[in-house]
Amino acid sequence: MTAQAANSTNDSILAGLMRRCNITNLAIDRNAEKLIMVNAVVSVVFLALGGIMAMLIALTRWEMVHLLSADWYYRVTGAHGAAMLIFWILFFEVAGLIFSITVILNRRLLMPKVWWIAFGTMLVSALALIIIMLSGEATVMFTAYPPLEATSWFYLFFITFAVGALIAVISFFIELVNARYRGQVGSLPLFTFAMLAAAVLALWTLVSGAAALIPTYLWSIGLIGHIDAGVYRLLFWGFGHGAQQINLVAMVGVWYVLAALTVGARPVNEGVSRFAFLLIILFIHMGAIHHILVDPGFSQLSRAINTSYFIYGATIGSMIHALSIPAAVEMAQRRKGFGQGIFTWLKKAPWKEPGFSSLVLSFWLFGVMGGISGVIMGTVQINMIQHNTLIVPAHFHMTVVSGTTLAFMGLSYYLIPLIFRRDNVFPGMAKLQPYVFAIGMTIWGLGTGFAGHAGMSRRHWDSTFGDMPLATDIFQSAQIDISLVGLGLGALIAGVGGAMYIVNAVATVFLGKKTDTPHLPGIDKDALTPADISAREAAREGHGHHRGFEFPGTLILVFAFLVLFMILYATSWFELSTISWTIE
Amino acid sequence: MVETSSPLVAPPPNWWKPAGREEKLWIGIAAVWAVSMFVMMVIIWPAIGGQQNQIHSYRVDPSEFQAYTTAFIEEHQTGELEGVPVVSPPPDTDIFLQASQFQWTPVLELQRGETYRIMMSSIDVQHGFSLQPDNVNFQVLPDFITGLEMTPNETGEYTIVCNEFCGLGHHLMVGQIIVVD
Ligand code: HEM
Ligand SMILES: [Cu+2]
Ligand SMILES: [Cu+2]
Repeated sequence: MTAQAANSTNDSILAGLMRRCNITNLAIDRNAEKLIMVNAVVSVVFLALGGIMAMLIALTRWEMVHLLSADWYYRVTGAHGAAMLIFWILFFEVAGLIFSITVILNRRLLMPKVWWIAFGTMLVSALALIIIMLSGEATVMFTAYPPLEATSWFYLFFITFAVGALIAVISFFIELVNARYRGQVGSLPLFTFAMLAAAVLALWTLVSGAAALIPTYLWSIGLIGHIDAGVYRLLFWGFGHGAQQINLVAMVGVWYVLAALTVGARPVNEGVSRFAFLLIILFIHMGAIHHILVDPGFSQLSRAINTSYFIYGATIGSMIHALSIPAAVEMAQRRKGFGQGIFTWLKKAPWKEPGFSSLVLSFWLFGVMGGISGVIMGTVQINMIQHNTLIVPAHFHMTVVSGTTLAFMGLSYYLIPLIFRRDNVFPGMAKLQPYVFAIGMTIWGLGTGFAGHAGMSRRHWDSTFGDMPLATDIFQSAQIDISLVGLGLGALIAGVGGAMYIVNAVATVFLGKKTDTPHLPGIDKDALTPADISAREAAREGHGHHRGFEFPGTLILVFAFLVLFMILYATSWFELSTISWTIE
Repeated sequence: MVETSSPLVAPPPNWWKPAGREEKLWIGIAAVWAVSMFVMMVIIWPAIGGQQNQIHSYRVDPSEFQAYTTAFIEEHQTGELEGVPVVSPPPDTDIFLQASQFQWTPVLELQRGETYRIMMSSIDVQHGFSLQPDNVNFQVLPDFITGLEMTPNETGEYTIVCNEFCGLGHHLMVGQIIVVD
């Protein structure tokens, strides 16, 4: 920041337009603060709503309970997907965009009114969509594949929601250019850089979504006679899949932040981390294809090239973060004196801090269960034995729930007290919460995954297949029964973990003790410090650099991960080969 | 003594430094692994695998497809199962399998070891072809034919589940393939 920019920050604080945080010493714009608050509160409300619906549908799929009627199961499944995947995640991400462009740059928001318009548009559209989906007028799931038709209001509010999100994304770019122009920032902090990557992805994604949904809206009001189901799927997944990459980069950004806050971790190499984000931006766009691997329309070769060549570029990006996050934690811990042996740094980590446990659990579940299953599923031929089975929700609940959602939960144990300036009401519950949620999701994921593995469809009300014309008893097996128990019990445990988070968040926001120095789970003294220039110069001249392996524990972990990846990959090909039909 | 900045703080200018030895090693291995997966999917499995995903796609009008299916049933029908026609076509004919809310038509009786050209399409909304218990899944769209060359190698009764949500009766949509010697 230039001296001039620093002066103007000080003036704003004197004028009461900004405040200085007593804990982080960051200057916080009052407008930005309010916007972060409303976006965060709304996101948590949607999480709570989506969580209740999750319990209802999980207890329906668990055949022993079979709670909802078919009609309600389909309505609620659609609304759960929308409330969670779109609303909880996006409102939280908008809060993150605002945070990354104001608070950590110590600058004021240039256009608060526009951000309010974005928020208002998104909120009204989201509420309308949930009501419409639950009313039974739009039982088409959030994917809304035509020509299955919903009321035209559904498409309209879907589009206005996207417009609201687009306003937020474009505002982010304008704010960023403005910050550079005024000398408020040179190179971006890594978290802001991650959010910039998210915004770039969002731009493409939302354009693709508009291209899918606007014609569908026109079709629903009769202005267009015919809608092409295949083209819609391609465009929709340009949006739907790209949106998951937004969640991925936002989550990785949050991982770096949690590692810094809890143990003072630093990226091992700023260039390498940024390069990994760049790889994801460049290569993920063809990711849409891996949702249509068993669709008519493209040749096997073009589907294979699009999923492999392009996705694997992004996979390398993710594998770089998979190394650099634990390596950063390991190096920070070793600096603190936990350098003995190979894994002492891990043993001595702050496992009782929810920020740290959610980082590790999110990282582990995302990478090992979500990441590997995703790459395998994205293999053209293997996709044939997984497409639209319960393996698909099992996979993406490991990424966007156990990964992104858990990481966001961990961050909010810091964000909520700091922004609302209130003490966490239930610090003891916060310590347990990430473990409960992660254990529940793991059991849920394994149960759901094994049921899918045995052929059980996703989005399907009757898991017995025993009560219809041409009924079958294929699915009345012990494997299915046990898997569905895992689905049901895992959901209940994860539901408890989710409720613990929500109760704490809501209680803190409304009932927490007001204070200028909120009690936090623990913040490292190095959490917010810049690079030590002399250390860097010393390293450049070759002193004290690379005497041995700097993070041996991490190397062992990532190689173990790679071996597991290879084993599961090979197993999946083997399974494909055991199919009794030859398919050409 | 830390050379890099907190992710929450702007790094001082001139932050670039070359990647370290361990990072280069890992990026290299990740790249080799990515290329191996590519080779497996694009070269090795297409050469050796018995289960390919070579969809033969055609455009078709839903009413046209329905006409094909009706003619196909008339020519080869041998019976009826719970109100659904059963057909036993010879191996060298095109097989038509029609998806509609909420039924697969017809029931197919196929011979073990013979190769069939199966043409699937929908006459209304999107559906999902899910062959159980083997668990083989394909998307079925209106306006497109999903064409597959399939050979059953074992006799038995196979169930076709619909695994794309296609309306409130989605879970009722079950079909059958019977493989005989
Ligand atoms: C306690 C946590 C959760 C549980 C137990 C849970 C459970 C479920 C269940 C049982 C289904 C229906 C699967 C099917 O029958 O096809 C489902 C679908 C889904 N869930 Fe969750 N969920 C949870 C949290 C979340 C979160 C946090 C997100 C997003 C961030 C999410 C996104 C989705 C989506 C997108 C679908 C697909 C809906 C569709 O097929 O249209 N879930 N979930
Ligand atoms: Cu169907
Ligand atoms: Cu269906």
